Amino acid sequence: MASMRDIKRRRSSIQSTQQITKAMKLVSTVKLQRARAGAERSKSYFHCMFDTMNSILARVGYVDHKYLKPGETGKKAVILISSNRGLAGGYNNNVAKLITRHETWKKEDLAIYAIGNKGREILSRADYEIREQLPEVMEAPTYADAMFLTERLLKSFEAGEISEIWLAYTAFKNTVSHIPTLMKLLPVDRPEPKDIDGDGIPDEVFEGGAPMNFEPADEEALDLIIPKYVSSLIYGGLVEALASENGARMQAMDNATNNAAELIDDLELLYNRARQGSITQELTEIIAGANAIQ
Amino acid sequence: MSEEKKGYQLRIVTPERVFYEGEVEMVEFNTTEGQIGVLPGHIPMTVIVKPGILTITEAEETKEAALHAGFAEILPDKITILAEIVEWPDEIDEERAELALQRARERIANRESQTDLAKVETALQRAIARIEVLK
Repeated sequence: MASMRDIKRRRSSIQSTQQITKAMKLVSTVKLQRARAGAERSKSYFHCMFDTMNSILARVGYVDHKYLKPGETGKKAVILISSNRGLAGGYNNNVAKLITRHETWKKEDLAIYAIGNKGREILSRADYEIREQLPEVMEAPTYADAMFLTERLLKSFEAGEISEIWLAYTAFKNTVSHIPTLMKLLPVDRPEPKDIDGDGIPDEVFEGGAPMNFEPADEEALDLIIPKYVSSLIYGGLVEALASENGARMQAMDNATNNAAELIDDLELLYNRARQGSITQELTEIIAGANAIQ
Repeated sequence: MSEEKKGYQLRIVTPERVFYEGEVEMVEFNTTEGQIGVLPGHIPMTVIVKPGILTITEAEETKEAALHAGFAEILPDKITILAEIVEWPDEIDEERAELALQRARERIANRESQTDLAKVETALQRAIARIEVLK
């Protein structure tokens, strides 16, 4: 049996770890609330964006538009949104798995645009091509960041350097449920309604009765609206991923705190038993000594 | 719905927040096709925003803001403006706008072959819109 001193030392070490995890949990709870409020504020924008996008695509029928057909050359660009810091449970691994465990994608066909350090580390260790990395975006995602990235992606897309654009991020359902999601940004799929949070908001664009008119004409409008659509999806991914990251970290730290408490309880028991043991032993020795003198 | 509708719903949303929501009588802004003013009962239309002044006419007062990018969906009884960038006058930094205006003018004056003229022009229009709104 370990000595009393060893047990005591272990217990106090676990206690200080527990304090840290508890503090981190509180911090991520606050951050989660902020991130979630941000994600909710942006929601109405995305719903309007999808509705409008859907109604436009439903109306234009078949047009030979550059953003609506896949590029013939080049790799698939995948934007991977992960966190800069660890201690968030399986958060980063789960979203990276969307890429590493994908059924049909081959490593050579992919170019990764990594937002957040952890995901980049995982993929570069697995020998994926990291074309760009933007770790600082994850500190405080802004719409300008999404616009900046969209602009570069669309340029590469038009130049034929990339053939498709995908987004891998963690969708935020609620505090405890975060779903790693893979979404195609370009070329835009036509019939399938886009829905970033998966709650199936129906199209209400035609409620005015008359069909929608476009100024400028449909195709020009697409030129202008699709970049906005892509950046709004990326931004939506960013804010949801931020909320998910903090949610995942909060959960991970909550578990760690609970585990520490359990360990401390066990050690407490061990310590008491060791103390009892040493008292019993001392008593036995004293009695034995006293008997020897008589 | 009664025959004489006086107002309609205006919603201006940005990725970061709901910028404006309320009942208005008229809204004016700049589009790729030129300045437009929208009254209730407009035919359904989607337009692309160009930098300019957004004027919201409510029953009692008129509000102005600088609207820079986005698009608007116009329906007979409501308008939704999906704005990427829109600012109330008190959110605008006048000095920065003046600087941006100068810079854009200089760039247009001594432009070179690699200057992205469309971009500079947008920057110029933005700066002008910001300064106009402050007046």
